[in-house]
Amino acid sequence: MIELENVGYNYGGGELLSNLSVKLAPGSFHFLTGPSGAGKTTLLKLCYGALTPTSGRVRAFNMDVQGLDRDQMAHLRRRVGVVHQDCRFLDHLSVIENIALPLTVAGKDLSQEEANLRELLNWVGLSERADALPPELSGGERQRAALARSVILSPEVIIADEPTGNVDWEMSQRLLQLLVELNRMGKTILVATHDMALIRAAKNQVQARVLRISEKRLQLAGADL
Amino acid sequence: MSEGRLRKLIIGDAQADRVVPPSGFTAQLTLFVSGAMAFLAVFALALSLASGRLATRWGDELARAATLRINAPAQQRDAQTQAALTILQQTPGVAAARALSAEEQAALLAPWFGAALSIDSLPVPQLIEVIEGDPGYDGAGLRLRLQAEVPGAVLDDHTRWRAPLVDAARALRRLGAISILLIAGATAAMITLAANAALAANAQVIEVLRLVGALDSYIAHAFVRRFTLRALGGAAVGMALGMLGVWLMPAASNEGGFLTGLGFQGWSWLLPLLIPLLGALVAFAATTRAANKRLGDLA
Repeated sequence: MIELENVGYNYGGGELLSNLSVKLAPGSFHFLTGPSGAGKTTLLKLCYGALTPTSGRVRAFNMDVQGLDRDQMAHLRRRVGVVHQDCRFLDHLSVIENIALPLTVAGKDLSQEEANLRELLNWVGLSERADALPPELSGGERQRAALARSVILSPEVIIADEPTGNVDWEMSQRLLQLLVELNRMGKTILVATHDMALIRAAKNQVQARVLRISEKRLQLAGADL
Repeated sequence: MSEGRLRKLIIGDAQADRVVPPSGFTAQLTLFVSGAMAFLAVFALALSLASGRLATRWGDELARAATLRINAPAQQRDAQTQAALTILQQTPGVAAARALSAEEQAALLAPWFGAALSIDSLPVPQLIEVIEGDPGYDGAGLRLRLQAEVPGAVLDDHTRWRAPLVDAARALRRLGAISILLIAGATAAMITLAANAALAANAQVIEVLRLVGALDSYIAHAFVRRFTLRALGGAAVGMALGMLGVWLMPAASNEGGFLTGLGFQGWSWLLPLLIPLLGALVAFAATTRAANKRLGDLA
């Protein structure tokens, strides 16, 4: 699905990641962990093409990401669902319109997707909040709305950056549950988190691998977590 | 642009329109600017058309008419007039020649001397009106012949005061045309600035749209459509007001001369209708350029 080959990234003030290789196989579930500032978000951005590596190559769906033009990149984004750390909504649109945004920009007819949309809202438990504006949502609601938006186009890969960063334990369990369900449906999942308890909880439900960034490199953490 | 894209631009896509938040202030500025510019363009167009008409008319009418003035002692005047008329009738290119009657000459002088003055008491030269045919006569040849046979005759073909007038009218038309170009350029500049401001203000929105997989063309379209429609609407109002202003000007009359002729005549009333379309086209091009440049700069 997504493959990083000897990837390095340099912010200009020194190397953040170096000589890093990883392969996300279809249907796999990966956690990405490491201390703050280690480059978790950067690595995720490299995976969905928001950043270009300064060395090495990134391949997604057998395409070289560096070689894509802006339109091809837009099409790649439709195949990779991304849940951002800060969610990124359009604050003037209601929750349901935000969740449907990938459909809107892809030129799909929303009236035909109405049933799907309602089902998805129900799945993330936001049916009651459909017409609220994003600033009115709680942290957990925002994360669930962002997750719903990331899966509306049925992407093959879902990448989530600290999806449980601002929510309580119960809510993070619920979000994890949704990610696990998606993985069981065959989606490839990559979640960046520093929450070890969450990883432990996931290990009971799904075969998850843990990648740890440490000293610019990626290490496969053992089963000892 | 394909037919589909054009249709989409005009009819629009309600969903796509909502994606960019409404921006009240920039919208009003764009409307105002395009309205004001269209208003000015109507006057520049009216000025240009009127001076163009004037240049043609003066050039034509005055070129076709000349005056022969006979300054001779009273006892010779009739004889010289007759001789001059004979020469004129023999000259190829002269369509008609006619001596003005005493009453006509009196009428010409009335504005200066008043109707009460008897013209007979003044040494007024006899005037002969010469209408040129097509092709015209040879002015220099005619002058030489008149000099020899009618010593008191002076041929005035109006060139002396016609040329600067026609030149002035042509220059005025040129200025009008340049003004229209400048107005179009200024509109493009201002709409580019407004579009850039809107794009900058909506940087976050653009970023989110890119993240969820929007094509650049989709994002650009949302902005281009807005600015094009605003420019079209604003310019339509400005044009209507401008045309009303021109229409309210007094009708052309001999007394008013040039100033009252400033307006549209006949089919030229349709010309200002092109101004809003031109404004929309300018806005379309300016916003497309600004949006493509801006989006191209993004990572």
